Amino acid sequence: MAGFREARGDLLLESVTKSFGDFTAVDDIDLTVPRGSFFALLGPSGCGKTTTLRMVAGLEQPTTGRVKIGETDLTGSRPYERPVNTVFQSYALFPHLTIRDNVAFGPKRRKDKDAASRAADALELVQMTQFAGRKPAQLSGGQQQRVALARALVNHPEVLLLDEPLGALDLKLRREMQVELKRIQTEVGLTFIHVTHDQEEAMTMADTVAVMNKGRIEQMGAPAALYDLPRTRFVANFLGQANTGEGTIEAVDGDHLVADVFGTKVQILKSRSQVHEGRVLFGVRPEKVTVSRKQPDDVGNDVKGVVRDVSFLGVATSYLVDMPSGATWSCYEQNLDVEPVDLRPGDEVWLTWNPGHAFGVPADA
Amino acid sequence: MSALAQVAGDPAVDPVAPAPETQKRSWTAYLLLLPGVLWLGVFFILPLVQLASVSLQSRYPGFPGYYYRDLNFQNYVSALTDYAPHFARSFLYAGLATLLAFVVAYPLAYAMAFKAGRWRNLMMICVVAPFFTSFILRTFAWSQILADEGWVVRSLDVLHLLPGGQIINTPVAVVAGLTYNFLPFMVLPIYASLERADPRVIEAGGDLYANGFTTFRTVTLPMSMPGVLAGTLLTFIPAAGDFVNMELLGPQRGKMVGNVINDQFLAIPGGYPVAAALSFTLMAAILAMVFLYVRRFGTEELV
Amino acid sequence: MAATTADAGTAYRPSAAKRAQLWLANHFAMISAILVLLYLFLPVAYTFAFSFNDHGKTNIVWQGFTWEHWQDPCGVAGACESLVVSLQVGAISTVIATVLGTLMALAMVRYRFRGKAASNVLIFVPMATPEIVMGAALLTIFVQGFSNVGISLGFGTIVFAHIMFCLSFVVVTVKARIQSLDPRIEEAAQDLYASPMQTFWKVTFPLILPGILGAAMLAFSLSFDDFIITNFVSGNESTFPKFVYVASRRGIPAEANVIGFSMFVLAVLLVVGAQVVSSARASRTKE
Repeated sequence: MAGFREARGDLLLESVTKSFGDFTAVDDIDLTVPRGSFFALLGPSGCGKTTTLRMVAGLEQPTTGRVKIGETDLTGSRPYERPVNTVFQSYALFPHLTIRDNVAFGPKRRKDKDAASRAADALELVQMTQFAGRKPAQLSGGQQQRVALARALVNHPEVLLLDEPLGALDLKLRREMQVELKRIQTEVGLTFIHVTHDQEEAMTMADTVAVMNKGRIEQMGAPAALYDLPRTRFVANFLGQANTGEGTIEAVDGDHLVADVFGTKVQILKSRSQVHEGRVLFGVRPEKVTVSRKQPDDVGNDVKGVVRDVSFLGVATSYLVDMPSGATWSCYEQNLDVEPVDLRPGDEVWLTWNPGHAFGVPADA
Repeated sequence: MSALAQVAGDPAVDPVAPAPETQKRSWTAYLLLLPGVLWLGVFFILPLVQLASVSLQSRYPGFPGYYYRDLNFQNYVSALTDYAPHFARSFLYAGLATLLAFVVAYPLAYAMAFKAGRWRNLMMICVVAPFFTSFILRTFAWSQILADEGWVVRSLDVLHLLPGGQIINTPVAVVAGLTYNFLPFMVLPIYASLERADPRVIEAGGDLYANGFTTFRTVTLPMSMPGVLAGTLLTFIPAAGDFVNMELLGPQRGKMVGNVINDQFLAIPGGYPVAAALSFTLMAAILAMVFLYVRRFGTEELV
Repeated sequence: MAATTADAGTAYRPSAAKRAQLWLANHFAMISAILVLLYLFLPVAYTFAFSFNDHGKTNIVWQGFTWEHWQDPCGVAGACESLVVSLQVGAISTVIATVLGTLMALAMVRYRFRGKAASNVLIFVPMATPEIVMGAALLTIFVQGFSNVGISLGFGTIVFAHIMFCLSFVVVTVKARIQSLDPRIEEAAQDLYASPMQTFWKVTFPLILPGILGAAMLAFSLSFDDFIITNFVSGNESTFPKFVYVASRRGIPAEANVIGFSMFVLAVLLVVGAQVVSSARASRTKE
């Protein structure tokens, strides 16, 4: 096939910027996605994640920077010249073709003599064989999603791009498909790049998550690492819930920093804070906070608040507590005892946490 | 079927517009446009230029049918003074026909959009089907329906509702014919814009205002405004230039401007310059009205 | 009309008059719609009925039943000849206008270019121009301008004119169809190794084809039924509407009714048939 570029290796984005007029959608991104990994681009809508994906697919060209797979520079090549396939957000199945022909479309364009049997195999992989003769409009959303996946996978692309592939599905189906996608990725061993705004989806599926905001990558790493130790205010708030308060670092005490947050002295491990002086945004995750009626004996790292709301969730109970600073903290207590603490809105409580679980990120932005 | 609705309802089409970046910038566009633009240039623009030049020509005295190039604005003076009543009649009859067509078309379009259910396609076919009998034949059929011996006139006579004792060969018959002939052009765009509207919004309107008419005025009508706009234009423009209804249904005297243009060009020797001036004035008047009307009632692009 | 309906479950039962009023409010739109449809079909029914009229000189008043006109619709001089001309003009104009219009629509939707706004105006203005003005303008240029290059009024000039006035309608119809197309479907084709040409022929074209066919149908019906412009540019050539109009001076022969009504039936059968086939296909593939 004329112009087609075979390429193998890691996907590399080198100082990629994309502007539309005055608007910079993607701002100087450097990214390496190891071959065979499941990589998630996570961010709110308009953060540039879909534009990034489209540049990898070749549907957009970067304003500056390069897109490479291994040693092969793909910058400037057309979508049909790249060993990259996409599962589109709305599936974008060809409405006039049967499922079989949809899946065989790619192999046929590449003059593959075994297009039919390859399509059959791909449909088998996503368990859609019995629907091969139908038209896309006759399938449910979940079934269309599987077909879109088969249509991309059948080409054995070096990189598979998934643009919010589960966005249109209901919760239960989304859970099933998450497991399914993970299974398929393990089975075929291709590089998957998954764009999503759903942090839970990103965390459950990906080996590596990159959190994007305003055209930049804020932080990248394994899901657990991102959750445990966010490095920016945005990541702290976007990835799961965080109880936060702004304060000033007043002292250094061995391995710890001591900060004053609305009159409460809190400790943060030096290694867990991105700033070591001046203003800091202190944070601790809800499940790391303990709720009790009496002030614990330990010194510091506790604060008194008023219960605003109690929700019994079965395995756990979630509390909303109004803090002296005016913020509302969320706490998540596992129901380990047969008789959980009986707290009601209006009750005064003490919140405590292990200082080793707290984190500090820059207060501004 | 849907083609007509699309044409007619176009102003309100809210398409899945491609994001600006998916629009390509290329010379291919000019290649694609070229044949069509050339065609419109040669068979629309050029003829209009020629018409403009003819409208300023003068006659060779004594040689009917022969003209020389000139800047004879007298043709326009004549068009605007001698034929002012014809213009007035054209716009009056076309305006009345548009209004009547709106009144008749709206319930039909409304029923098709919200009440027809599985009969919707059938009703659509029924609206367009009469088109397939010749326009002239249908107009002629009205001369039979409204004839003095016909049941319409006789029953109105019995009820003493017809003081003149006649419909055919009166302006009433002309307006009736115009209303009938362009009715589908009113129905389809209104239907198209109502169909896109969410019936729940109208129900919500019904909850807020107990009065059905208030709901219509404040909720339904504004939602269908793009369709109403397109429909009135598609009805008014051909009606204002029509001469067939007047010829087949109307009186001998008191013609419309279309009849004058037609006769001056095809029946009266030496009529070209004044007829051309009349045509140009008619076109200018209609374009000006369309422009003001679109400015006033809607800003969406019409094409 | 979101009329309030009485709650059937309560003991309250409105009076008969009230119930009649409610029923009317609920069905007002549908009743008036049916009346309007009857009104639309009334002249068609007349055309049909008077095709059986055993008329003398003029076919205006009912005089008696006869099969005669249906047995030999071509019995009147010029009737069938003009029909053939109309069908030929319609077919040629439709094909050319549809091709040119589709190309223009593609350019208008898919490309950004200098002069787009002007092109939009050029496409719109013919639709806002009364036919009589277009006819008059064409007549002046055919008689005073193009006659110098050997074009005289007749079949050719009718076709030129018909292509012109059908073109804008084709553009608008096809444009709407292209605009309603999800651009991601074409991106998907490119993503699956289809070159721009393959993308067009394998994906875009099949998807806009219904719009193109609709536009062609519209163009044909506009051309077939046109009288005003044709009257200006036809010279001695006669199309079916022109034949009927000229005959109307003396009274339209019932044979014209036979032909007109047959065309109507044919068109309706075609449309209904197309609908039935497409819905049957849809339900069959559902199996």
